[in-house]
Amino acid sequence: MQTTFQGYRRENGRVGIRNHVVILPIDDLSNAACEAVGNNVKGALAIPHPYGRLQFGADLDLHFRTLIGTGANPNVAAVVVIGIEEQWTKKVVDGIKATGKPVAGFGIELHGDHDTIMRASKAAKEYVQWASELQRVSCRVDDLWVSCKCGESDTTSGCGSNPTVGDAFDKLYEAGCTLVFGETTELTGGEQIVAARCRDESVRVEFMRVFDRYQDVINRHKTSDLSDSQPTKGNIAGGLTTIEEKALGNIQKIGRKCLVDGVLDKAEAPTGHGLWFMDSSSAAAEMVTLCAAAGYVVHFFPTGQGNVIGNPILPVIKLCANPRTVRTMSEHVDVDVTGLLQRAITMSEAGDKLLDMMFRTANGRLTAAEALGHREFVLTRLYESA
Amino acid sequence: MIHCVLHDPNDSVAVVVVEGVAAGSTLTGLILDEDRTITLPCVQDIPLGHKVALRDMAVGDTVIKYGIDIGRVVQPIRRGEHAHVHNVKTKRW
Repeated sequence: MQTTFQGYRRENGRVGIRNHVVILPIDDLSNAACEAVGNNVKGALAIPHPYGRLQFGADLDLHFRTLIGTGANPNVAAVVVIGIEEQWTKKVVDGIKATGKPVAGFGIELHGDHDTIMRASKAAKEYVQWASELQRVSCRVDDLWVSCKCGESDTTSGCGSNPTVGDAFDKLYEAGCTLVFGETTELTGGEQIVAARCRDESVRVEFMRVFDRYQDVINRHKTSDLSDSQPTKGNIAGGLTTIEEKALGNIQKIGRKCLVDGVLDKAEAPTGHGLWFMDSSSAAAEMVTLCAAAGYVVHFFPTGQGNVIGNPILPVIKLCANPRTVRTMSEHVDVDVTGLLQRAITMSEAGDKLLDMMFRTANGRLTAAEALGHREFVLTRLYESA
Repeated sequence: MIHCVLHDPNDSVAVVVVEGVAAGSTLTGLILDEDRTITLPCVQDIPLGHKVALRDMAVGDTVIKYGIDIGRVVQPIRRGEHAHVHNVKTKRW
Protein backbone atom coordinates (compact mmCIF):
# COMPACT_ATOMS: atom_id res chain seq x y z
CA MET A 1 0.00 0.00 0.00
CA GLN A 2 1.14 3.58 -0.71
CA THR A 3 2.11 5.53 2.36
CA THR A 4 1.77 9.13 1.14
CA PHE A 5 -0.57 11.32 -0.90
CA GLN A 6 -0.87 14.98 -1.85
CA GLY A 7 -3.31 16.83 0.39
CA TYR A 8 -4.10 20.26 1.84
CA ARG A 9 -2.74 20.73 5.35
CA ARG A 10 -5.04 23.11 7.24
CA GLU A 11 -4.34 25.66 9.97
CA ASN A 12 -5.18 23.13 12.73
CA GLY A 13 -2.93 20.41 11.29
CA ARG A 14 -5.73 18.29 9.82
CA VAL A 15 -5.42 17.22 6.18
CA GLY A 16 -8.07 17.65 3.50
CA ILE A 17 -8.25 16.26 -0.04
CA ARG A 18 -10.52 18.98 -1.45
CA ASN A 19 -10.30 22.76 -1.30
CA HIS A 20 -13.88 23.99 -1.17
CA VAL A 21 -15.09 27.47 -0.27
CA VAL A 22 -18.49 26.73 1.27
CA ILE A 23 -21.45 29.11 1.50
CA LEU A 24 -23.28 27.73 4.53
CA PRO A 25 -26.87 28.64 5.48
CA ILE A 26 -27.79 28.56 9.17
CA ASP A 27 -31.45 28.03 8.27
CA ASP A 28 -33.89 27.38 5.43
CA LEU A 29 -34.58 31.12 5.07
CA SER A 30 -30.96 31.79 4.09
CA ASN A 31 -30.78 29.25 1.29
CA ALA A 32 -31.73 31.79 -1.40
CA ALA A 33 -28.97 34.23 -0.40
CA CYS A 34 -26.41 31.40 -0.18
CA GLU A 35 -27.34 30.10 -3.62
CA ALA A 36 -27.13 33.63 -5.03
CA VAL A 37 -23.58 33.98 -3.65
CA GLY A 38 -22.75 30.57 -5.11
CA ASN A 39 -23.95 31.82 -8.50
CA ASN A 40 -22.04 35.12 -8.23
CA VAL A 41 -18.68 33.62 -7.32
CA LYS A 42 -17.28 30.78 -9.41
CA GLY A 43 -15.82 28.05 -7.24
CA ALA A 44 -17.98 28.92 -4.22
CA LEU A 45 -20.22 26.05 -3.14
CA ALA A 46 -23.62 26.78 -1.56
CA ILE A 47 -25.05 23.88 0.45
CA PRO A 48 -28.76 24.55 1.08
CA HIS A 49 -30.79 22.52 3.60
CA PRO A 50 -34.34 22.69 5.01
CA TYR A 51 -33.79 23.21 8.78
CA GLY A 52 -32.49 25.57 11.49
CA ARG A 53 -35.58 27.29 12.85
CA LEU A 54 -37.15 26.68 16.29
CA GLN A 55 -35.05 23.62 17.02
CA PHE A 56 -34.17 23.13 20.68
CA GLY A 57 -32.28 20.93 23.13
CA ALA A 58 -30.33 17.96 21.77
CA ASP A 59 -31.83 18.48 18.30
CA LEU A 60 -30.48 22.04 18.17
CA ASP A 61 -27.12 20.89 19.53
CA LEU A 62 -26.94 18.37 16.67
CA HIS A 63 -27.87 21.09 14.16
CA PHE A 64 -25.04 23.34 15.34
CA ARG A 65 -22.59 20.42 15.60
CA THR A 66 -23.40 19.38 12.02
CA LEU A 67 -23.06 22.89 10.55
CA ILE A 68 -19.90 23.73 12.51
CA GLY A 69 -18.39 20.32 11.71
CA THR A 70 -19.15 20.72 8.01
CA GLY A 71 -17.45 24.13 7.92
CA ALA A 72 -14.56 22.86 10.03
CA ASN A 73 -13.95 19.81 7.80
CA PRO A 74 -10.43 19.94 6.30
CA ASN A 75 -11.85 19.48 2.79
CA VAL A 76 -13.09 23.07 3.24
CA ALA A 77 -10.61 25.95 2.85
CA ALA A 78 -12.87 28.82 3.93
CA VAL A 79 -16.52 29.44 4.80
CA VAL A 80 -19.12 32.18 4.35
CA VAL A 81 -22.01 31.69 6.80
CA ILE A 82 -25.41 33.34 6.26
CA GLY A 83 -28.32 33.24 8.71
CA ILE A 84 -31.59 35.12 9.07
CA GLU A 85 -30.32 36.75 12.28
CA GLU A 86 -26.83 37.32 13.67
CA GLN A 87 -26.68 35.44 16.97
CA TRP A 88 -26.98 31.86 15.77
CA THR A 89 -24.89 32.89 12.76
CA LYS A 90 -22.12 34.06 15.10
CA LYS A 91 -22.30 30.80 17.05
CA VAL A 92 -21.55 28.78 13.92
CA VAL A 93 -18.90 31.27 12.71
CA ASP A 94 -17.11 31.05 16.07
CA GLY A 95 -17.27 27.24 16.03
CA ILE A 96 -15.65 27.08 12.60
CA LYS A 97 -13.16 29.84 13.47
CA ALA A 98 -11.68 27.61 16.20
CA THR A 99 -9.95 25.63 13.41
CA GLY A 100 -8.08 28.79 12.37
CA LYS A 101 -9.53 28.82 8.84
CA PRO A 102 -11.00 32.00 7.28
CA VAL A 103 -14.72 32.38 8.00
CA ALA A 104 -17.15 35.31 7.76
CA GLY A 105 -20.79 35.53 8.89
CA PHE A 106 -23.71 37.63 7.66
CA GLY A 107 -27.20 38.15 9.12
CA ILE A 108 -30.01 39.04 6.72
CA GLU A 109 -32.25 41.00 9.13
CA LEU A 110 -31.86 44.82 8.88
CA HIS A 111 -30.09 44.32 5.52
CA GLY A 112 -32.31 42.26 3.22
CA ASP A 113 -31.17 39.71 0.64
CA HIS A 114 -29.60 42.19 -1.81
CA ASP A 115 -27.19 43.85 0.60
CA THR A 116 -26.37 40.53 2.28
CA ILE A 117 -25.69 38.82 -1.04
CA MET A 118 -23.42 41.70 -2.11
CA ARG A 119 -21.35 41.70 1.08
CA ALA A 120 -21.18 37.90 1.28
CA SER A 121 -20.21 37.68 -2.41
CA LYS A 122 -17.29 40.07 -1.83
CA ALA A 123 -16.03 37.88 1.04
CA ALA A 124 -16.55 34.68 -0.99
CA LYS A 125 -14.63 36.10 -3.95
CA GLU A 126 -11.64 36.92 -1.72
CA TYR A 127 -11.74 33.42 -0.18
CA VAL A 128 -11.96 31.64 -3.55
CA GLN A 129 -8.96 33.53 -4.91
CA TRP A 130 -7.01 32.94 -1.69
CA ALA A 131 -7.87 29.22 -1.71
CA SER A 132 -6.90 28.87 -5.36
CA GLU A 133 -3.28 29.56 -4.42
CA LEU A 134 -3.09 26.93 -1.66
CA GLN A 135 -0.78 24.08 -2.65
CA ARG A 136 -1.10 20.37 -2.03
CA VAL A 137 1.73 18.96 0.08
CA SER A 138 2.96 15.45 0.76
CA CYS A 139 0.93 13.88 3.60
CA ARG A 140 1.09 10.50 5.33
CA VAL A 141 -1.67 7.93 4.96
CA ASP A 142 -2.42 8.14 8.69
CA ASP A 143 -3.51 11.76 8.11
CA LEU A 144 -6.58 10.33 6.32
CA TRP A 145 -9.93 9.99 8.10
CA VAL A 146 -11.97 7.42 6.16
CA SER A 147 -15.70 6.75 6.62
CA CYS A 148 -17.95 4.00 5.26
CA LYS A 149 -21.65 3.45 4.72
CA CYS A 150 -23.33 1.18 2.17
CA GLY A 151 -26.58 1.81 0.32
CA GLU A 152 -29.17 0.14 -1.91
CA SER A 153 -27.47 -3.02 -0.74
CA ASP A 154 -28.26 -6.43 -2.11
CA THR A 155 -26.79 -9.83 -1.45
CA THR A 156 -23.74 -9.05 -3.61
CA SER A 157 -22.90 -6.29 -1.10
CA GLY A 158 -22.40 -8.84 1.68
CA CYS A 159 -20.42 -11.21 -0.56
CA GLY A 160 -18.36 -8.69 -2.49
CA SER A 161 -18.33 -4.93 -2.04
CA ASN A 162 -18.74 -4.78 1.76
CA PRO A 163 -15.94 -7.28 2.55
CA THR A 164 -13.77 -5.32 0.08
CA VAL A 165 -14.23 -2.28 2.36
CA GLY A 166 -13.47 -4.59 5.30
CA ASP A 167 -10.19 -5.68 3.71
CA ALA A 168 -9.25 -2.04 3.04
CA PHE A 169 -10.27 -1.03 6.59
CA ASP A 170 -8.08 -3.79 8.08
CA LYS A 171 -5.11 -2.40 6.10
CA LEU A 172 -5.88 1.26 6.93
CA TYR A 173 -6.37 0.40 10.61
CA GLU A 174 -2.91 -1.14 10.71
CA ALA A 175 -1.54 2.00 9.00
CA GLY A 176 -2.92 4.19 11.82
CA CYS A 177 -5.83 5.84 9.99
CA THR A 178 -8.99 7.17 11.65
CA LEU A 179 -12.02 5.15 10.51
CA VAL A 180 -15.76 5.11 11.17
CA PHE A 181 -18.84 2.99 10.52
CA GLY A 182 -22.39 3.45 11.81
CA GLU A 183 -25.97 2.61 10.75
CA THR A 184 -27.19 1.56 14.19
CA THR A 185 -30.43 -0.14 13.08
CA GLU A 186 -28.66 -2.00 10.30
CA LEU A 187 -26.63 -3.97 12.82
CA THR A 188 -29.83 -5.70 14.02
CA GLY A 189 -29.11 -9.42 14.11
CA GLY A 190 -25.36 -8.88 14.09
CA GLU A 191 -24.99 -6.60 17.12
CA GLN A 192 -23.27 -9.33 19.13
CA ILE A 193 -20.57 -9.57 16.46
CA VAL A 194 -19.85 -5.85 16.80
CA ALA A 195 -20.02 -6.08 20.60
CA ALA A 196 -17.44 -8.88 20.51
CA ARG A 197 -15.11 -6.67 18.43
CA CYS A 198 -15.20 -3.76 20.90
CA ARG A 199 -11.78 -2.93 22.36
CA ASP A 200 -12.82 -3.24 26.00
CA GLU A 201 -15.79 -3.56 28.30
CA SER A 202 -16.46 0.19 28.52
CA VAL A 203 -16.72 0.49 24.71
CA ARG A 204 -18.91 -2.63 24.64
CA VAL A 205 -21.28 -1.24 27.27
CA GLU A 206 -21.56 2.10 25.42
CA PHE A 207 -22.13 0.35 22.07
CA MET A 208 -24.92 -1.82 23.49
CA ARG A 209 -26.47 1.22 25.21
CA VAL A 210 -26.79 3.15 21.93
CA PHE A 211 -27.87 0.01 20.05
CA ASP A 212 -30.64 -0.75 22.59
CA ARG A 213 -31.74 2.90 22.64
CA TYR A 214 -32.27 2.84 18.86
CA GLN A 215 -34.16 -0.48 19.10
CA ASP A 216 -36.48 1.22 21.61
CA VAL A 217 -37.14 4.02 19.09
CA ILE A 218 -38.06 1.43 16.45
CA ASN A 219 -40.29 -0.52 18.83
CA ARG A 220 -42.04 2.65 20.03
CA HIS A 221 -42.88 3.96 16.55
CA LYS A 222 -43.25 0.89 14.37
CA THR A 223 -46.64 0.05 12.91
CA SER A 224 -45.58 -3.30 11.46
CA ASP A 225 -42.50 -5.55 11.46
CA LEU A 226 -40.70 -2.86 9.35
CA SER A 227 -40.70 -5.24 6.42
CA ASP A 228 -41.71 -2.29 4.24
CA SER A 229 -38.71 -0.19 5.39
CA GLN A 230 -35.93 -2.49 6.57
CA PRO A 231 -34.92 -4.13 4.30
CA THR A 232 -35.95 -1.46 1.78
CA LYS A 233 -37.92 -2.29 -1.35
CA GLY A 234 -34.65 -1.95 -3.29
CA ASN A 235 -32.90 -4.36 -0.91
CA ILE A 236 -35.71 -6.91 -1.34
CA ALA A 237 -35.66 -6.56 -5.13
CA GLY A 238 -31.95 -7.28 -4.86
CA GLY A 239 -32.57 -10.48 -2.91
CA LEU A 240 -32.13 -9.42 0.72
CA THR A 241 -34.90 -11.02 2.80
CA THR A 242 -34.51 -9.99 6.46
CA ILE A 243 -32.87 -7.28 8.56
CA GLU A 244 -30.58 -9.95 10.04
CA GLU A 245 -29.28 -10.89 6.57
CA LYS A 246 -28.82 -7.21 5.69
CA ALA A 247 -26.99 -6.54 8.97
CA LEU A 248 -24.60 -9.48 8.59
CA GLY A 249 -23.72 -8.19 5.12
CA ASN A 250 -23.33 -4.66 6.45
CA ILE A 251 -20.92 -5.74 9.19
CA GLN A 252 -18.52 -7.14 6.58
CA LYS A 253 -17.38 -3.52 6.16
CA ILE A 254 -15.43 -3.57 9.44
CA GLY A 255 -13.15 -6.32 8.24
CA ARG A 256 -11.84 -9.19 10.27
CA LYS A 257 -9.04 -7.68 12.33
CA CYS A 258 -9.74 -4.10 13.39
CA LEU A 259 -11.26 -3.47 16.79
CA VAL A 260 -14.01 -0.99 17.61
CA ASP A 261 -12.07 1.60 19.61
CA GLY A 262 -14.87 3.95 20.61
CA VAL A 263 -18.46 5.13 20.15
CA LEU A 264 -19.38 8.54 18.71
CA ASP A 265 -22.57 10.53 18.91
CA LYS A 266 -23.97 11.84 15.61
CA ALA A 267 -21.54 14.27 13.90
CA GLU A 268 -19.12 13.96 16.84
CA ALA A 269 -15.41 14.12 15.97
CA PRO A 270 -13.26 11.20 17.14
CA THR A 271 -10.47 11.94 19.59
CA GLY A 272 -7.87 9.53 18.23
CA HIS A 273 -7.08 7.09 15.45
CA GLY A 274 -8.64 3.65 15.12
CA LEU A 275 -12.12 2.42 14.21
CA TRP A 276 -15.08 4.31 15.65
CA PHE A 277 -18.77 3.42 15.67
CA MET A 278 -21.11 6.38 15.12
CA ASP A 279 -24.67 6.04 16.42
CA SER A 280 -26.45 7.14 13.26
CA SER A 281 -29.28 6.82 10.84
CA SER A 282 -28.99 4.10 8.21
CA ALA A 283 -30.29 6.48 5.51
CA ALA A 284 -27.36 7.10 3.17
CA ALA A 285 -27.35 10.88 2.80
CA GLU A 286 -27.94 11.46 6.52
CA MET A 287 -25.09 9.15 7.52
CA VAL A 288 -22.62 10.52 4.96
CA THR A 289 -23.48 14.09 6.03
CA LEU A 290 -22.80 13.12 9.67
CA CYS A 291 -19.44 11.59 8.68
CA ALA A 292 -18.46 14.80 6.88
CA ALA A 293 -19.48 16.84 9.93
CA ALA A 294 -17.38 14.58 12.18
CA GLY A 295 -14.33 15.49 10.06
CA TYR A 296 -13.94 12.51 7.72
CA VAL A 297 -12.37 13.43 4.36
CA VAL A 298 -12.97 10.40 2.10
CA HIS A 299 -15.83 7.90 2.05
CA PHE A 300 -16.21 4.27 0.90
CA PHE A 301 -19.74 3.53 -0.36
CA PRO A 302 -20.45 -0.05 -1.43
CA THR A 303 -23.69 -0.53 -3.36
CA GLY A 304 -25.52 -3.50 -4.82
CA GLN A 305 -28.58 -2.22 -6.67
CA GLY A 306 -26.98 1.18 -7.41
CA ASN A 307 -27.31 4.03 -4.91
CA VAL A 308 -26.23 7.27 -6.65
CA ILE A 309 -25.44 9.38 -3.53
CA GLY A 310 -22.73 12.01 -3.17
CA ASN A 311 -21.95 14.77 -0.68
CA PRO A 312 -20.96 18.42 -1.20
CA ILE A 313 -17.63 18.21 0.65
CA LEU A 314 -16.90 14.52 1.26
CA PRO A 315 -15.83 12.58 -1.87
CA VAL A 316 -17.87 9.36 -2.01
CA ILE A 317 -16.09 6.43 -3.71
CA LYS A 318 -18.61 3.83 -4.95
CA LEU A 319 -17.79 0.20 -5.35
CA CYS A 320 -20.01 -2.58 -6.63
CA ALA A 321 -19.90 -6.37 -7.04
CA ASN A 322 -23.23 -6.75 -8.86
CA PRO A 323 -22.50 -7.35 -12.57
CA ARG A 324 -25.92 -6.08 -13.69
CA THR A 325 -25.53 -2.81 -11.77
CA VAL A 326 -22.00 -2.30 -13.10
CA ARG A 327 -23.36 -2.85 -16.61
CA THR A 328 -26.48 -0.67 -16.34
CA MET A 329 -25.19 2.11 -14.03
CA SER A 330 -21.48 2.23 -14.86
CA GLU A 331 -21.29 6.03 -14.64
CA HIS A 332 -21.87 5.78 -10.88
CA VAL A 333 -19.28 3.09 -10.12
CA ASP A 334 -15.69 4.04 -9.23
CA VAL A 335 -14.44 0.55 -8.38
CA ASP A 336 -15.74 -2.63 -10.05
CA VAL A 337 -15.24 -5.68 -7.81
CA THR A 338 -17.50 -8.09 -9.74
CA GLY A 339 -14.44 -10.29 -10.29
CA LEU A 340 -14.66 -11.38 -6.64
CA LEU A 341 -17.82 -13.39 -7.24
CA GLN A 342 -16.30 -15.25 -10.20
CA ARG A 343 -13.08 -16.01 -8.28
CA ALA A 344 -11.21 -13.81 -10.81
CA ILE A 345 -9.65 -11.69 -8.04
CA THR A 346 -8.97 -12.33 -4.35
CA MET A 347 -10.42 -10.30 -1.49
CA SER A 348 -7.01 -8.78 -0.80
CA GLU A 349 -6.69 -7.75 -4.46
CA ALA A 350 -10.17 -6.17 -4.31
CA GLY A 351 -9.19 -4.28 -1.16
CA ASP A 352 -6.01 -3.05 -2.86
CA LYS A 353 -8.04 -1.92 -5.87
CA LEU A 354 -10.24 0.17 -3.57
CA LEU A 355 -7.20 1.60 -1.75
CA ASP A 356 -5.61 2.51 -5.10
CA MET A 357 -8.79 4.46 -5.96
CA MET A 358 -8.72 6.05 -2.49
CA PHE A 359 -5.20 7.39 -3.10
CA ARG A 360 -6.13 8.62 -6.59
CA THR A 361 -9.18 10.36 -5.08
CA ALA A 362 -7.07 11.83 -2.28
CA ASN A 363 -4.63 13.18 -4.88
CA GLY A 364 -7.48 14.96 -6.66
CA ARG A 365 -9.32 12.57 -8.98
CA LEU A 366 -13.03 13.41 -8.96
CA THR A 367 -15.31 10.55 -7.89
CA ALA A 368 -18.24 9.54 -10.08
CA ALA A 369 -20.61 11.28 -7.66
CA GLU A 370 -18.55 14.50 -7.80
CA ALA A 371 -18.38 14.45 -11.60
CA LEU A 372 -22.14 13.86 -11.78
CA GLY A 373 -22.87 16.74 -9.37
CA HIS A 374 -24.28 14.71 -6.47
CA ARG A 375 -24.27 17.00 -3.41
CA GLU A 376 -26.76 15.46 -1.02
CA PHE A 377 -26.50 17.47 2.22
CA VAL A 378 -29.12 16.00 4.57
CA LEU A 379 -29.33 17.01 8.21
CA THR A 380 -30.55 14.51 10.81
CA ARG A 381 -33.46 15.72 12.99
CA LEU A 382 -34.16 14.13 16.37
CA TYR A 383 -37.73 15.38 17.02
CA GLU A 384 -40.33 18.12 16.35
CA SER A 385 -39.52 21.85 16.49
CA ALA A 386 -40.47 24.02 19.46
CA MET B 1 -18.65 -20.27 -14.16
CA ILE B 2 -19.69 -19.62 -10.56
CA HIS B 3 -23.51 -19.46 -10.40
CA CYS B 4 -23.90 -18.89 -6.67
CA VAL B 5 -21.81 -18.19 -3.59
CA LEU B 6 -22.12 -19.07 0.07
CA HIS B 7 -20.08 -17.81 2.98
CA ASP B 8 -19.88 -20.73 5.38
CA PRO B 9 -20.04 -24.47 4.58
CA ASN B 10 -22.95 -24.80 7.03
CA ASP B 11 -25.09 -22.14 5.31
CA SER B 12 -28.55 -23.34 4.25
CA VAL B 13 -28.82 -20.81 1.39
CA ALA B 14 -26.52 -19.48 -1.35
CA VAL B 15 -26.68 -16.25 -3.36
CA VAL B 16 -27.15 -16.41 -7.14
CA VAL B 17 -24.48 -14.13 -8.69
CA VAL B 18 -25.26 -14.40 -12.42
CA GLU B 19 -28.30 -13.53 -14.51
CA GLY B 20 -30.49 -16.15 -16.18
CA VAL B 21 -30.37 -19.00 -13.64
CA ALA B 22 -33.24 -21.26 -14.75
CA ALA B 23 -35.13 -24.26 -13.36
CA GLY B 24 -33.61 -27.57 -14.36
CA SER B 25 -30.00 -26.36 -14.44
CA THR B 26 -27.12 -27.53 -12.27
CA LEU B 27 -25.43 -24.76 -10.30
CA THR B 28 -21.79 -24.41 -9.30
CA GLY B 29 -21.53 -22.77 -5.89
CA LEU B 30 -18.40 -21.15 -4.41
CA ILE B 31 -17.87 -21.39 -0.64
CA LEU B 32 -16.15 -18.05 -0.02
CA ASP B 33 -14.67 -18.94 3.37
CA GLU B 34 -13.05 -22.12 2.01
CA ASP B 35 -12.42 -21.19 -1.64
CA ARG B 36 -13.89 -24.48 -2.91
CA THR B 37 -16.95 -25.28 -5.02
CA ILE B 38 -20.05 -27.46 -4.69
CA THR B 39 -22.81 -28.34 -7.16
CA LEU B 40 -26.56 -28.37 -6.63
CA PRO B 41 -29.71 -28.70 -8.71
CA CYS B 42 -31.83 -25.62 -9.36
CA VAL B 43 -35.58 -26.31 -9.46
CA GLN B 44 -36.92 -22.74 -9.94
CA ASP B 45 -35.87 -19.69 -11.95
CA ILE B 46 -33.88 -17.50 -9.52
CA PRO B 47 -32.94 -13.86 -10.24
CA LEU B 48 -29.45 -12.45 -9.76
CA GLY B 49 -28.87 -11.65 -6.06
CA HIS B 50 -31.64 -13.92 -4.80
CA LYS B 51 -31.10 -17.02 -2.69
CA VAL B 52 -31.26 -20.70 -3.57
CA ALA B 53 -31.92 -23.24 -0.78
CA LEU B 54 -29.08 -25.71 -0.22
CA ARG B 55 -31.26 -28.16 1.74
CA ASP B 56 -34.89 -28.93 2.50
CA MET B 57 -36.30 -26.72 5.28
CA ALA B 58 -39.54 -27.01 7.28
CA VAL B 59 -41.71 -24.27 8.76
CA GLY B 60 -40.03 -22.95 11.92
CA ASP B 61 -36.50 -23.90 10.83
CA THR B 62 -33.77 -21.29 11.12
CA VAL B 63 -32.14 -20.10 7.89
CA ILE B 64 -28.34 -19.95 8.13
CA LYS B 65 -26.15 -17.57 6.10
CA TYR B 66 -22.65 -16.32 7.06
CA GLY B 67 -22.89 -19.32 9.45
CA ILE B 68 -25.47 -17.28 11.44
CA ASP B 69 -29.25 -17.09 11.93
CA ILE B 70 -30.87 -14.75 9.34
CA GLY B 71 -34.54 -15.60 10.01
CA ARG B 72 -37.21 -18.29 10.18
CA VAL B 73 -38.90 -20.43 7.55
CA VAL B 74 -42.64 -19.63 7.16
CA GLN B 75 -43.39 -21.88 4.15
CA PRO B 76 -41.68 -25.22 3.42
CA ILE B 77 -38.64 -24.86 1.13
CA ARG B 78 -37.05 -27.65 -0.91
CA ARG B 79 -33.39 -27.86 -1.92
CA GLY B 80 -32.88 -25.90 -5.13
CA GLU B 81 -35.89 -23.61 -4.58
CA HIS B 82 -35.99 -19.82 -4.32
CA ALA B 83 -35.76 -18.63 -0.67
CA HIS B 84 -36.99 -15.07 -0.12
CA VAL B 85 -39.72 -12.97 1.55
CA HIS B 86 -42.45 -15.43 0.48
CA ASN B 87 -41.01 -18.22 2.63
CA VAL B 88 -38.55 -16.58 5.08
CA LYS B 89 -39.23 -13.88 7.72
CA THR B 90 -37.20 -11.92 10.26
CA LYS B 91 -37.11 -13.02 13.90
CA ARG B 92 -36.63 -9.38 14.99
CA TRP B 93 -38.94 -6.38 15.19
